[in-house]
Amino acid sequence: MRLSRPARGVLSIVTGLILLVIYLPLMVVLVNSFSTSTSLVWPPPGLTLEWWGRAFQSEGALDAVLTSVQIALIATLVSLVLGTLISLALQRFAFFGREAVSLLVILPIALPGIITGIALNNAFRTILGVQLSIATVIVAHATFCIVTVFNNVIARLRRLGTSYEEASADLGAGLWTTFRLVTFPQLRSALLAGGLLAFALSFDEIIVTTFTAGAGVKTLPIWILDNLFRPSQAPIVNVIAVVLVLMSIIPIYIAQRIAGAEKVSR
Amino acid sequence: MAVDTASSGQRIPVPPHRDTLARRGSITLSAHPRLRLTLMLSAPLLWLGLIYIVALAALLITALWTVDSFTGTITRSWTLDNIITVLTGSLYQTVTVRTVGVALLVTLIDILVALPIAFFMAKVASPRWQRILVIAVLMPLWASYLVKAYAWRSVLSQNGIFEWLVAPFGGQSPGYGLPATVITLAYLWLPYVILPIYAGLERVPDSLLEASGDLGGKTWATLCLVVLPMIWPAIIAGSIFSFSLSLGDYITVNIVGGANQMLGNLVYTNVGAANNLPLAAAIALIPIVIIFGYLAVVRRTGALENL
Repeated sequence: MRLSRPARGVLSIVTGLILLVIYLPLMVVLVNSFSTSTSLVWPPPGLTLEWWGRAFQSEGALDAVLTSVQIALIATLVSLVLGTLISLALQRFAFFGREAVSLLVILPIALPGIITGIALNNAFRTILGVQLSIATVIVAHATFCIVTVFNNVIARLRRLGTSYEEASADLGAGLWTTFRLVTFPQLRSALLAGGLLAFALSFDEIIVTTFTAGAGVKTLPIWILDNLFRPSQAPIVNVIAVVLVLMSIIPIYIAQRIAGAEKVSR
Repeated sequence: MAVDTASSGQRIPVPPHRDTLARRGSITLSAHPRLRLTLMLSAPLLWLGLIYIVALAALLITALWTVDSFTGTITRSWTLDNIITVLTGSLYQTVTVRTVGVALLVTLIDILVALPIAFFMAKVASPRWQRILVIAVLMPLWASYLVKAYAWRSVLSQNGIFEWLVAPFGGQSPGYGLPATVITLAYLWLPYVILPIYAGLERVPDSLLEASGDLGGKTWATLCLVVLPMIWPAIIAGSIFSFSLSLGDYITVNIVGGANQMLGNLVYTNVGAANNLPLAAAIALIPIVIIFGYLAVVRRTGALENL
């Protein structure tokens, strides 16, 4: 199939338009973070740097960012371990209930967040009898983050095959040595991609978090929800959103570089 | 080295393995794949089973209990009252139809928007542009969900940029309501739909498209008969995201939906303000049943391996 020149043109214009719509609200956020008006007036009546200055002094916001990073890091680590184990088991073994296990991994993300949220809230409080805290948020987040790691790793394992591992075992390496020196290096970029997605998922989660966070736990999304409708705070929220988008370039760029390098070396 | 030893006529003996505990463990595990499987699966299954399945089961059981309207505590006597209320109440029927309608519409819009951009990314753009476009699609994911929903509130407001853009052409902002909810939700989940479809398209070999062209297939025929069947699982995988995320949403509706309620709102009010967890659990059964039905239907397409 050769796309004709006009078809290519139309396709690139459509792509451009879609990107425009994707970035229009983000641009509004950017401009509003400089606007002198605290309500949603367009075009902004004047520009100011006041919100940017106040955002970096807002302790609530900075604390919330730290809490969110902490939760997302631990949840990502847990989901990396559990997701890798599950994908190795499902990809390398045929056993009874294999389908059920893969459904079980998908379920926490396929069921709406509010259901996961109230189910975990109810279980933590009434069945386990634990106080909601930062730990309960981490447990909840890790549960729905497993799937992103699982998907990336199992897709990679399917492509790899087992010949390298068999060669390593034939040459006398034990299971752990084989995993450390043969399997893991081949999985690294898949783990990175899955881990990044898991981190992003956890960092931005609000619904499950609302139901599993203890009274004193303020993640960034919870802080944003608290402040979004306060006229004096809303512009600061805009500033934080802009900073987050800008900072997200770094991990995405690294992931792209690694994926690109692997494509070349293969 | 092998040549060396052969020519000199001597053999270097392989040193015997040290008999460490790790080695013995490794040998045992190699000889018993079942044991290996059990060890690998026990941690994740304990985690998912103990935390998630028990929690879900407990929620379903709660739907069969009632709340004492006087003390506000849960009475553990079995009754189908909540389920019957949810199945027969006109409020729940209306809201269910509205929620499913919104979720389906959002999914349809997302697929229609994702197909051309994903195709451009995977098959038309140069490798350099491909990388830039993937970043461009991924980046909005990092802007907070709440901020993006709020940005649409700003875009669609009476003094917003949408009104400002279309007013010269006699247009008008749809204001806050169901259309705004659909637009915002479709916007929020779009990257989750683009990415699997893009990955699916990347797996379609260019040689197949060329073969189709060589055999006389026109562009449309190639797209419909070669590309679409191959990326169908990826499309379904994307739709699971947009459908289920829309089905449970209650925050976006609060921000841009005006007075409209979705299933998520009903669950939320019953857990919070109304303090009626059994009824909330009964309402939550509706999306659970819908999602399970959806998963059962799409399982055969292999979509679950494309998430």
